[in-house]
Amino acid sequence: MSEVRVLVGTRKGAFVLTSEAKRTRWDISGPYFAGWEIYHLKGSPADPNRLYASQGSGWFGQLIQRSNDGGKTWEAVGNQFVFDGAAGTHLWYDGTPHPWKFARVWHLEPSLSDPDTVYAGAEDAALFRSTDGGQTWQELPGLRRHGSGPSWQPGAGGLCLHTILLDPTHPERIFIAISAAGAFRSDDAGTTWRPVNRGLVSQGIPDPTAAVGHCVHRIAMHPSRPGVLFMQKHWDVMRSDDAGESWHEVSGNLPTDFGFPIDVHAHEPETIYVVPIKSDSEHFPPEGRLRVYRSRTGGHEWEALTKGLPQRDCYVNVLRDAMAVDALDACGVYFGTTGGQVYASADAGDSWAPIVRDLPAVLSVEVQTLP
Amino acid sequence: MIRVVLPAHLRTLAHVDGEVRLVVDGEATQRSVLDALEARYPMLRGTIRDHVTQQRRALVRFFACERDLSHDPPDAPLPDAVAAGAEPLLIVGAMAGG
Repeated sequence: MSEVRVLVGTRKGAFVLTSEAKRTRWDISGPYFAGWEIYHLKGSPADPNRLYASQGSGWFGQLIQRSNDGGKTWEAVGNQFVFDGAAGTHLWYDGTPHPWKFARVWHLEPSLSDPDTVYAGAEDAALFRSTDGGQTWQELPGLRRHGSGPSWQPGAGGLCLHTILLDPTHPERIFIAISAAGAFRSDDAGTTWRPVNRGLVSQGIPDPTAAVGHCVHRIAMHPSRPGVLFMQKHWDVMRSDDAGESWHEVSGNLPTDFGFPIDVHAHEPETIYVVPIKSDSEHFPPEGRLRVYRSRTGGHEWEALTKGLPQRDCYVNVLRDAMAVDALDACGVYFGTTGGQVYASADAGDSWAPIVRDLPAVLSVEVQTLP
Repeated sequence: MIRVVLPAHLRTLAHVDGEVRLVVDGEATQRSVLDALEARYPMLRGTIRDHVTQQRRALVRFFACERDLSHDPPDAPLPDAVAAGAEPLLIVGAMAGG
């Protein structure tokens, strides 16, 4: 009998939500690390009981927690994130050089094959890797030292590396995304990098089609087709059919193409989900109606999914790491809001119900489908 | 024996209740006490002072004997009453909500 485990990071702790395969009755445990910000937690695809969590606070800095029993117990592992060599500078909001400084880990991406290997996306933007279960961390400095690094500028949330995608068919290939530098790809396991932003158009930067400087919010991939990427940019929903070499817009009939998360159906690689948000200064659903939009055509044509979601007076946001899918049939879709609700759909988005509705603001949602 | 009081979140992290009592080699200073604290509780490394620069984190303060010692040099002797174990060294998270 399959089981689903939903890992929820919030502003004040982590929660683990579990259900049998019907996904109708949920057990909620937590808060773990109560009072701390949990930017992200995620399980290893190679060992579902191995979880990693990014724990932090403005007072006491960054910690990494590891569980070997599916989140029942945790231990603090290594939290020393030191840039390799001279830190250098990027640009500050006002366009002046600003020293690179480690602030926090936004995203943890466990290896597809080794439970002890995990990648960490940091603010200020840098990629770290641990090969000993999180005890020690080494920077992959080729990214930060890319020639464009000194020109990278932070988004409103900081200069954060928030997306890490590992290509299951090309073990040496890694995609990452940085707000507001853009998307980058490595084909040599993270040693060297190049920007993959051709086709992106951003009106908020001096050259709207520049090679770097785009505020990419999230990229998603279906593991069966890792050359096809879907992107929610600051504005615009984009698609690449050539592993990021070029992008084209697929926003189509969305009511607004601003948003944060984007994800792909577990069994239908052309079915994708976004949560349109009114604008970059009004981070809530248009007209106070919380709607997930689904495209079954890989973009362009979108349908609003509203059944079970609040359709009036709803002014929450859904952050970039706060949507995920399970691998059951029918595919389950999950997202968390800044209002503390975690919504689930057990029918690929046709209908929704809250698993829990009064958590602290949700920062991240990940799902594990367990045998 | 040096007595140290940790803020609540760090007590939870270190799995301790109440005061921590430490044996410190040599003179009792902020540095020697923190060295001993981090040796016994490695999970606290980086939470009170930076791993590399050893600088106190901005929102962490050190109080003892009704004085703010936060800006004393890290190798300055702690007050006699702290060194003697009569008074604790208070490690305090800045008072702010969130």
